[in-house]
Amino acid sequence: MTENEDLELFSPGHRACAGCGEGTAVRQILKIAGPNTVATICTGCLEVVSTGYPETAWEIPLIHAAFENSASVASGVEVALKELGKKEGVNVLAFGGDGGTFDIGFQALSGMMERGHDVTYVCLDNEAYMNTGIQRCSSTPYGASTTTSPSGKYSIGESRQKKPIAAICAAHGIPYTATASISHINDLKKKVKKAIEVDGPAFLHVFAPCPTGWRHGSDDTIEIARLAVETGVFVLWEAIDGDICDLNVTVKPKKRKPVEEYLKRQRRFGHLKEDEIAKIQAEVDKKCDKYGLPERG
Amino acid sequence: MGEQKSLTIKGNMATALGAKLCRPNVVPAYPITPSTLFPEKMSEFIADGELDASMINVESEHSAMSACIGASATGARVVTASASQGVALMHEMLFIASGMRLPIVMAVGNRALSAPINIWCDHQDTIASRDSGWLQFYAENNQEGLDLMINAFRIAEDDRVLLPVMVGIDAFVLTHTIEGVDVPAQEDVDNFLPTYDPKQGTLNPKEPATFGSFAPPEFYQEFKQAQTQAIEDSRSVIDEVFDDYAERFGRQYNKVSTFECDDADIILLTMGSMSGTAREAVRKMRKDGKKVGLAKLTVFRPFPMPELKDILGDAKGVAVIERNISPGFGGAVFAELGATFVNEKDRPIMKNFITGLGGRDIFIENFEEMYQKTKDAVEASKVEEPVEWINMNEEVTR
Repeated sequence: MTENEDLELFSPGHRACAGCGEGTAVRQILKIAGPNTVATICTGCLEVVSTGYPETAWEIPLIHAAFENSASVASGVEVALKELGKKEGVNVLAFGGDGGTFDIGFQALSGMMERGHDVTYVCLDNEAYMNTGIQRCSSTPYGASTTTSPSGKYSIGESRQKKPIAAICAAHGIPYTATASISHINDLKKKVKKAIEVDGPAFLHVFAPCPTGWRHGSDDTIEIARLAVETGVFVLWEAIDGDICDLNVTVKPKKRKPVEEYLKRQRRFGHLKEDEIAKIQAEVDKKCDKYGLPERG
Repeated sequence: MGEQKSLTIKGNMATALGAKLCRPNVVPAYPITPSTLFPEKMSEFIADGELDASMINVESEHSAMSACIGASATGARVVTASASQGVALMHEMLFIASGMRLPIVMAVGNRALSAPINIWCDHQDTIASRDSGWLQFYAENNQEGLDLMINAFRIAEDDRVLLPVMVGIDAFVLTHTIEGVDVPAQEDVDNFLPTYDPKQGTLNPKEPATFGSFAPPEFYQEFKQAQTQAIEDSRSVIDEVFDDYAERFGRQYNKVSTFECDDADIILLTMGSMSGTAREAVRKMRKDGKKVGLAKLTVFRPFPMPELKDILGDAKGVAVIERNISPGFGGAVFAELGATFVNEKDRPIMKNFITGLGGRDIFIENFEEMYQKTKDAVEASKVEEPVEWINMNEEVTR
C-alpha cells in the first residue's frame, strides 16, 4: 500500500503482551507515517514495553516525557522543527493511551488542537488503565468489570457510558478526526495518511483490544476488534474540519451483529445478566441509528 | 565592543531583554503574576520583528515546561518564565527537563505559594524546586536579572553541564520596579554566547534516538549519578563564564558576593533583593563600629560549599536570613549551611531568621535586630532558638 510497507519502524522484540492491540496499531501506523517522523509518547504500556534502556523498539526519533503531556511535548517539537527550518516533509505524531488522552492528558490535548499545531494525535484505546493493572478510565464502557469498578453484589461494573472522545476532539474544529480499528487495517491506514496530510491537528481514535485487561484469548484480539465494529459498539467514521453533523461512516456492516456476540467473548463482561446486555444493546442501537448504521440482523 | 545602552526598566523587562539578546527559537509560556510581562514582552518582540522566534501560548504551566522539553530536545534554544503556583504546577516536568539534560532557561518572579493565596515576594516557589536538578541563580536587582539570564544560557548549554537553569527575580520588588539597567549590544552577546549546537543529539529523523527511556534499577542510579556529576562540574564552568562576562561587560558575578566580610565577626547571609537593604544596614552598623559583613548567595544550586566555608569560616556568627520555610525544620539555606560546616572543628555560631514571607518588607532595623540576636548567641556561646521569625505583625499574632 505504501513505499514503507516493508519497513519495520516499530521493531520486533518489544515486550508487549502476546496479542497486544497497541503493538499492531503502532506498527501499522508507522508504515504509513514512514521514517521522516518524530513521535512523542506518554507514560503507559507503550512506553514501558518499547523503551526499556538500553534498548528501544523505535526506529524513528522518539521522546517520552510524562503521562499527561504527549500533546504538549509534541507542540514543542512541531514549533521547534518549524523554527529551525526542519519541518518540511517531517511528520509529528503524538501517541497516547486512553488514560493519557481521555483523562489526565485531556487538557494538553485540547490545548494542542486549539493552537492548531501540525500534529497527528493517535489515541490507542484499550478502555482502562492497563499498565497499572486494569483500573477504570473515562474510556471504560458501561458494564465492564475493572479493578476499580469491579462487578459485585451491588455493582454491575463500570456504571458510566464511555466518553465520546473523538466527537469532543472534532468539536475543536480540527481539520481531520477519525475513529479506526486494528481489525480494519486498510481503513486505519487510509485515515493515518489523511491525518498526516492535513495541515494542522488531526485526531485518530484507534480501538486496540487488550487480552490482559479484557480477559480474552491472545489470539482473539483482531476478532474481538472486528466484532466491536460489526456490532456497532465501535463505529468507524471520519469528520472533516470538525463537522460532526456531516461525518462519514467509513465501514458499514451489512447487518449488525447483536452486542452479546462481542460481550460474551470477554470475561470483563462475563458477569452481565440478560437485562444488562439488553440495556447495552439498546444504547448501541440508539447510537447506530444516529450514525445511520443498518438495523440489527 | 558595542556600547551598552542605559535603560530604565522593570525587572521582568530586564529578564525579557536578557532572553531576547540570547536569540531563543521557541518561547512556550503561560501568564502568571508577577511574571506576565515576560511573555508579553517576548510576544511583542516577535510581533515587531525584533526577535525571530515562536511563542507557544500554552494552556498551563505544565504544558509550558512540556513544550520547552519537546522544543529543546528538537534542538531549539528555549526560554520561559513563571512564578509560584506555575512553578509548582510544572514541578513534575522540572525533573524531566534536567533528567533529559536539556539546557532550558526560565526566569522566575519569586512569589509565595498558596494557601493563603498571596502574589508577593518570597522564595518558596524555587526553593521547593531545589531538588529538581536545575541550577538556581537569584538576582539582587534588575541589572543582575538581565546579566544572569545571559550567563544562564551560556552555562546551561556548555557541553560539560547541559542542565536547565532558573533565574529568580523577586516578585514586585524587582519584577515591577523600575531601575536603571545597562543593556549589552547584540553583537557582543552574540560573541559571548555561540549559536546553540547540541552535540548530544536531537530528535532528528536522520539519526533516530529515543529520549526519555524507561530505566530499570540496574541503570537508573547511573543516570542520576551522571546528572549529579554534571551539576558538580558546573561549579567551575560558572566561575569561568562569570569571569568571561566580567571581562567583556565589566560586571563581575560570583556564586557568593561579599561586602565588609574580611574582618567581620558577624556575617549576614542573604539571597535576592533583600541584599540591597542588608548592605545599607551593614554600612549603618559599620559606622556605629560594629564588625559586621554581608554575604550574598547568587548561586543556590549548585550550593557553593567551598566558597561559603572560605567566606564564613573565620566569622564568629552567621545570621542566615531567608524568605522560605520548610515547616518542621527551618530555612533551606540554614540546613545546607549547617551541613557545609558539619565536619569542621571551628565553625561560626549559626542562627536562622525567617522573614519577608509573602511580600513582608524587611527593614534596616530588622537586619540590626538579626545582627544583635546573632551577636548575643555568639557572646553566650550557645543558640537557644536556632530558628526565629522576624518582623511579625504583633497585632495579628497577639
